[in-house]
Amino acid sequence: MTHIVLGCPSFEDSFRIIETMVKAGVDLMELQMPFSEPIADGPVILRANQQALENGATVQGCFDLAGKVTRAFDIPFLIMSYCNIPYRYGTRRFVSSMATRNLRGAIIPDLPPEEGQEYLNAMKEFDLAPILIFSPTTPIERMKSLAIFARGFIYCIARKGVTGETTAFSDELGVYLSQCRKETSLPLALGFGIKEKADIDFLKGKVEIGVIGSQTIRIMEKKGIDSVGNFIRTLR
Amino acid sequence: MMNRGYYGKFGGAFIPEILFATIEELVEGFLDARNSPGFWKEYTDIMSTYSCRPTPLTFAENLTKHFGGARIYIKREDLNHTGAHKLNNVMGQGLLVKRMGKTRVIAETGAGQHGVATATMAAKFGFRCTIYMGEVDVARQRPNVFWMERLGAQVIPVKDGARILKDAINEAFRDWVTNMDDTHYVLGTACGPHPFPEMVSYFQSIIGKEAQRQIVEREGKFPARVYACVGGGSNALGIFSGFLNDPVQLVGVEAGGKGLDTSRHASRLASKDASIGVAQGYKTYFLQDEDGQMKETHSVAAGLDYVGVSPILACLREEGRVRFEAASDREVLEALSLTVKKEGLIPALESAHAFAQAFKEVSDLSADDNILINQSGRGDKDIFTIADAFTDPDWQEFIKKKAKDYRA
Ligand SMILES: Cc1ncc(COP(=O)(O)O)c(C=O)c1O
Repeated sequence: MTHIVLGCPSFEDSFRIIETMVKAGVDLMELQMPFSEPIADGPVILRANQQALENGATVQGCFDLAGKVTRAFDIPFLIMSYCNIPYRYGTRRFVSSMATRNLRGAIIPDLPPEEGQEYLNAMKEFDLAPILIFSPTTPIERMKSLAIFARGFIYCIARKGVTGETTAFSDELGVYLSQCRKETSLPLALGFGIKEKADIDFLKGKVEIGVIGSQTIRIMEKKGIDSVGNFIRTLR
Repeated sequence: MMNRGYYGKFGGAFIPEILFATIEELVEGFLDARNSPGFWKEYTDIMSTYSCRPTPLTFAENLTKHFGGARIYIKREDLNHTGAHKLNNVMGQGLLVKRMGKTRVIAETGAGQHGVATATMAAKFGFRCTIYMGEVDVARQRPNVFWMERLGAQVIPVKDGARILKDAINEAFRDWVTNMDDTHYVLGTACGPHPFPEMVSYFQSIIGKEAQRQIVEREGKFPARVYACVGGGSNALGIFSGFLNDPVQLVGVEAGGKGLDTSRHASRLASKDASIGVAQGYKTYFLQDEDGQMKETHSVAAGLDYVGVSPILACLREEGRVRFEAASDREVLEALSLTVKKEGLIPALESAHAFAQAFKEVSDLSADDNILINQSGRGDKDIFTIADAFTDPDWQEFIKKKAKDYRA
């Protein structure tokens, strides 16, 4: 799975990036709607959020683009955003808008189930997957209760910290992932810090989905949209 | 699973999963401290030996004569060590950090007051300390940066977002989600996820406890009104807490900036410009656009220049228990000038908002009444900002000459 921030640097470019990624064989994508206060994101994605907003990205614009890409490409797309975006839009209306555009689910990192009853109900009503998060600090008991609310897959955060920093693909990570595996029957995705093929190789057999976020944005900023396709091909 | 930290429909804990265990630990640590018999005494002991608690209540005789209305009293939080009420919260959280066995503290700061207070506490307790401060605030509060660094803290200018207080809070959270094992985040105001609003108000309630006793001792009755400035809301909740159950009108004064009819203000509860949202871990009124993106705010006082406000205050407004007003930059400078000249007191620009609103209203009250103003901090420390705000020509000459000397 790859991650991009919608509207960064523009909606036209976002479409082209998605097209490039799909052609390179990406089979699941997470589309981030920009927010001015992205507390779980590190510098790369944080700046992408800011740039998108400076260039005029709106929630409506994001939905329009999302509708366009789900029509154009035959892979599942998810929305990622912070809680205030659906909250301001109206939670149920937001979820219904996702469903209308054939989006499959959402990841909202600052909305734990304790605070997200309305969201979870709406996701159920429209048959969309609320992707919940396990972290290395999540107690086992809590993993069990999170798994009750989750649909689609579980997003396992590889380490402490925010997106975009280096992750040690170590035995410790392996132990954590086998714990995650025990607590849910859903597929597992691992995100935060995946940069190269060696990381993906490490994850084979441990998780079903590898999430590549900051690294593609970095490559795009340095070398342009076309090089993203090549980068993704090197991971296979 | 429990839903905690709500005040009416405001508050909560909208936190990334990675922080869940840390917040749990903090909730437990705080409850354990609060319930342990010696803790409040340990806290007041340190506040009376390391700071100047109880802070005095000053009768402002000349201002009272000047306005010819109610008798004006001033609660002197400016006399705290480091010059503001911020130390109350910081020392309390410092004691908690010791109990929890952590060794590093981080904090956000806007005006720099909370940063200096945290760096001071860290120096005293032997904690490592990192302060996040928006680049814009670093530029307008350089002297406070100087002191934080002297005190041994690392000051990191935040270059993302609007580069002010809210962005410093985001950056502090990013540090915390990485380093929570040995690090405590000393949030500086009654905002953020549960338990911060409750915890910060708890430590700041020392202001209200003292003030209530002092004014009743002195006047034999409650004040008609209590005024406090509102940034995040910690000094206001501190003094209001002493009067919540008494027949006292509580007035929170926000930053009116260039005026509520412009977009250049930071008034969330007194203006119609704010709406309910979720950011920085909690639900409250934010100055945001229709999509939910936070807007830029403005105030002459860096400490009031913030998009959100305490969920406890949002709830008290909804209940009609606290009235909210705004004072403009201009009104604030006038109130500051008058207070300096008439009483020889120098309120911080933040605190001067409370004075400005009180001055607008005090003549309407009778001479039998008294009112109480919280002087949350002292202004003489902020000489650069205040001299700037007054565009003092002699001061500018002095700075120019100083700059020349440095170049020599
Ligand atoms: C002197 C002073 N008063 C008031 C404030 C505003 O904060 P709060 O509303 O939490 O009291 C600040 C913040 O920096 C301050 O320095």
